[in-house]
Formats: sequence, structure tokens, C-alpha cells
Amino acid sequence: MSAAPQKTKPGGEQIAVTVSAIAPVNDLVTRFEFKRRDGGAFPPFSGGSHTVVEMKDGALTRLNPYSLMSDPADRTTYAISVRRDDQGRGGSLFLHNRVAVGDALNISYPVNLFALDLRAKKHLFFAGGIGITPFLAMIAQLERTNGNWELHYACRNEALGSYADQLLGKYPNNVHIYYDDQNQAIDLADLLDGQRLGTHAYVCGPKGMINWVHATASAAGWPDAQVHSEEFLAPQPGREFQVRLCKSNKTITVGETESLLEAIERAGVQAPFLCRGGACGQCETDVLKADGEFLHRDHWLDDAQHASGTKIMPCVSRFLGSLDLDR
Amino acid sequence: MTIQFNTETFRDDYSFHNSDWAIKRFPFPFHEDSYMYSVNMEQHRGGPAGSIYEMRFDVDEHYVSEMRDRAMVLADDPLRCQSLPHMTLAGWDLLELIMVSKSEDYPDLFELHRDGDRWRWINKPMGIDHTFTFLDESTLPYGPMEYITRQAQGDFCVLDQRDDMLWMDAGMVTTQADWSLDFDIGMNFFEWHAPVPLAHEMGIFQRALKFLLNVQQGAPARRLNWTMTVNPLLDTSPENYHKWGIQKTSLTPENLGSKQHLRVELQTFFRLPRSNALVFPIRCYLCSFQDLMTVPKWGRRLHRVVRDLPDELATYKGFIDNRPMMLDYLSQFDDGAPTSPGIWPDLETEPALAK
Repeated sequence: MSAAPQKTKPGGEQIAVTVSAIAPVNDLVTRFEFKRRDGGAFPPFSGGSHTVVEMKDGALTRLNPYSLMSDPADRTTYAISVRRDDQGRGGSLFLHNRVAVGDALNISYPVNLFALDLRAKKHLFFAGGIGITPFLAMIAQLERTNGNWELHYACRNEALGSYADQLLGKYPNNVHIYYDDQNQAIDLADLLDGQRLGTHAYVCGPKGMINWVHATASAAGWPDAQVHSEEFLAPQPGREFQVRLCKSNKTITVGETESLLEAIERAGVQAPFLCRGGACGQCETDVLKADGEFLHRDHWLDDAQHASGTKIMPCVSRFLGSLDLDR
Repeated sequence: MTIQFNTETFRDDYSFHNSDWAIKRFPFPFHEDSYMYSVNMEQHRGGPAGSIYEMRFDVDEHYVSEMRDRAMVLADDPLRCQSLPHMTLAGWDLLELIMVSKSEDYPDLFELHRDGDRWRWINKPMGIDHTFTFLDESTLPYGPMEYITRQAQGDFCVLDQRDDMLWMDAGMVTTQADWSLDFDIGMNFFEWHAPVPLAHEMGIFQRALKFLLNVQQGAPARRLNWTMTVNPLLDTSPENYHKWGIQKTSLTPENLGSKQHLRVELQTFFRLPRSNALVFPIRCYLCSFQDLMTVPKWGRRLHRVVRDLPDELATYKGFIDNRPMMLDYLSQFDDGAPTSPGIWPDLETEPALAK
């Protein structure tokens, strides 16, 4: 069939927004609130969703995913909380230093790669640092539907515990905070051991924490499908490399601080994408020829696919040498 | 636009009929003179004015009668509508999607007035004016999915998404092409598609699943599917096969043009926002062979497609035994002339039958 063929936009639909509030949460984290520029209501979303924020930084277009942390029932405002990353490639620094109230931005429709399993008898949340953000929206959603949840939240210290006081004040019976500098630690093995059948665990935080929760749950006999995690990878800088885009008949150079996907886009070639963090699979690209070494960094391809040298996820992965892509 | 709703039946005396308007907008599913499976997805973002692709949920002259037929099916067999306990939120998502879409797309037929969670829904063709509280099931006469799908044409599968898989965890299925919700409830995407021949070997379902898992909010998709039905039956379910299966033997060369129907499904896919579930509406359109033959291009093409279809597909679609008789009938409308590409009738440009 082709009734009225329309091309899919590479990053999905966008919403034009105005920055309506910027609120420092602590020394590292700032909250940004958005209103729709057309004055309408935002689409509802499910807890755990993220949005990709588009930032025009001079000639550079930055596209970074951030978890939506606002109450999904609030159709007037979307909010994200951004941790400043002084070593990163500049997306968080751009938001912290260059974005002001009243600025216009484009953000993507909500996408959920970290959804609640609504069959769960209980939702057991583990957050580390800025990994608290998706749980804020999940908690708001579950509170509305009488969901059963419990949060274990590890922070470096009291000063950097984003939203810890608010959560504790509002839900004293569901929230447990652990401060590293006070030598408080989540007693994970014990917690996982005491859960009733039908409990689902969710973890968002640093890579080490995610791996720890998966490994501990697995060792305790938890089914893998009942342990959920989300980790967005930021593209890492690396050595410059050359890529031949065979379909478009173009040769591009991927700079030290840009991702392969960004370099493809800079050359004017449309490539599909969604999360830009190695998780969703949309930008998967076939490799036609490879002379050198892959630096795979995504969560999408499996080990065998990584080893095969026939696929690459250009949002986060790089290459040492020269590469021919089917793009 | 005001629609004249037909008074008609899809059982017993089969008074179902298509107006000239309905024939011209019939979703003829063959874009070329042959057919094979493909992941024939495209965006569901409107289409030509008046076509069945224009609105998010097409409403046509059969609306009121189809809803009456659905109520009869449900009265006989309540298991045609099921929703596993974790799917209630998705049901509310679907209710909101349909109410918002219909009230925006057909303001003369449907109205939705929202004051916070207090909603007033007016369905003029069905004579409904109902005020209820969004997300409060006790204010509706049925669960939210059942309530709204008793007022929307087509079947609805509400698929939960988890573990990179889709699950048939809720649905309203009364106009189906020989499959059973009661049998499939709780199955995953590969399990409920297991009976389909050839497509598995072609990798169709792997690709389709990957596509569907990535259907995003604000970007719905659609495709067509088709089969054949003798008599204009909406309810061709396995549960009632003993009633309708036998009717396939009632075809004669004389009655084939009026009894044999091409059955086309407009399948759409929407991400549901609050539950992250996927709704898969399957809207059934029926058109008799004799009505299809009023479009010369469709007459030529349908003959060629039915003639060249692989036996496995003709068997799966349930018309292998009647195929020779169908071809005798259809060959009268194929003069061998070439056909224009695409699905549209092209009545102004395609030559009349030279036979």
C-alpha cells in the first residue's frame, strides 16, 4: 500500500517549548522547566520517559536525552534536571551556562525505554545520584494509581542529594536515603532477599551500580526480566577517523569531540535516531568495509554482533581506522 | 460533512451494502498486479480528503449498524472483550485517544468537554451523552476500553510492551478474520502470529516487531491486510466457525458477485502515552466482488492477484476451494490491459473494460 507515503522524521516528532523556569537544585544539578510555545497542553507520558533536547550552539546542533522528572499528570509543564558535567562534550554546560528563562528550544515527544512493568505487585527502585530523575515521574504516576513502591537512593552527601529532602518529607515510609560520606550503603542482598513474589526492581545510576544490582539480583535467583535498568551513554571523545558514506557518496571526517552520528548529520545525510545514548537501536547502521578497530560502546548490539564487525551504532560508538557505511 | 448512516445487518438477511461513495473510498489493498507479504508500514498522518486514511479513526456509513452487531456478539459471548488487570491504564489511554480524535475530526458527530478529570462525552449517532470522571472506573458502565470500543468501529488489540516484546494483554475483538482473542490473550507477538505461513521464513515478523516496538508518541503508523469472506459477515471468528464456515460452500457462479466479499483491514498503530502500551486497531472494510468490478482497474487487478497467489496463502486465507469459481467470475473483467500503479481507482484515466 501507499496511500499517502510520508517520510518518517529521523528523530521523531518535536515540540516547540519555552524555558519557563530555571531552578538550581544544588551545586551540580539544575532543573529546567518548559512550557509549550503554542500555549497548548503537553502530551501525557509514562514514568521513565525521556525527551531529547535540541540545543543550537552556534553552528553546532546538540541533541541530548534527559529523563522527564515532572508529574506525568501535569500537562502544563515538562521538567528535566541536569547534572553539570565539566568533563563532558558540552551539552550540560550549554544548558547550565547559556540557556536562560524565555529561551526557545525544541524537545522530542516523550520516549520510554525504562517503563514500569504494570504487572508488578511492588516496584523497588534503586537510584544513584542524578539517576533519581526517572523515579520522580514514576513515583508521581504510581501515587495516582495507588501503586506499591519503595525507593532506595544513594547520594554522595547531603548537599548533593537532589530532591532527597522533598522525597523524604512527602513519603517518609517509602523513601530510604544513603549518604556515601556518612558510610551509609544500600544493603542490597538483604533487600532483594526479602521481597515478595512479583516484585520488580529498577535501577538508574552509574554503570557500577547498575551492574551491581543486576549481578546481585541474578545471584539471588531473580529472573532477569524483573530487573530493569536505564543508562544513557554520553558519546565519548576519541581520535579523529574517516568514514565513507557509500549510499550518499560522501567521505566525512569524525572530529575528536563529535560523535559519528553528529558527523553524518553535519554532512547533510539524514540518519534515523531516537535516544542518542546507545539504547534504543534506531540508528543501527550496516558496515560495508572496515579497516581498523571498532570501539563499540552501545547497549543495543550483542557481543556476537559487536565481534562480527558488520554493524555499528553511530550515536556512541567510534572506530580507529577507516570505515565504509551503508548510509 | 454529514454521513447518512445505513440501517443494515451483517448476519441473517445480510442487508449490508456499500453506497457509491463507500465503493470509491474502499481501501483496495493491491498496489500492483501481484501480492506478497511485506512490512508495508507507513505513517498514519492523514491522507487524501474523503479517503479512509484521512482521519485517525475513520467513521463511515456503517458505523451505527456495526456497533449494533458488536453489541449482539458481546451479548452472546462476553469473552470477545478481555483486559488483563494491568491493562486498565492502557484502556484509559485508548478512551482518551478515541474521544479526543473523534471530537476533533468529526465535531458535528462527537463532542468532548473536559473540566479537569470531569469529562462529558457526546456521541450523537449513538445517542450517548455521558459525564464521567477520567481514571475513575466506577463512573463508567464498563471498563474504559470496553466502554469506548463499543462506540468505535473495528477491533482493538491493546498490546503491553515489556522485555522488548509485545503482549496481547487486552482487546475488543468481534469483527476478526478467523482468530480468537480468548485463545491469544496473554500471548506474545511471535506466539499469536505462529499460524501465518511463509512470513516467518521471510523474517517478516522480526522486522515488524522491531518497527512496532519503536512506534513513538505523536507518530502513529498504518498498513493494510486482506482476506476473503463469503457473505458480509463481520464476525468470522473461530468461536462461530460452525455458523459461517459452511456458508463458503453456498457460492455458485450466479451468486458469487454479490456473496463473495473482499475483506480489507486497515491496521493502525498508536503509542499510548500513560501506559506505554501500543494499541492496534484493526478496522474491517467489506466490498462485494460485483461492487469492486464497477472500477475497471480493480477488476483487472483482482483477477491477476487471485490467479497468481501462492497456494499456501490462498489456503491460509480460506478460499483455495473456491478459487477456480472466483477466477471464472473475475476473468470476465480482465481484458489484459495494463493497470496504473498504486491503489487508487483512477476512474478518470483508466480505460473501460474492452471485452
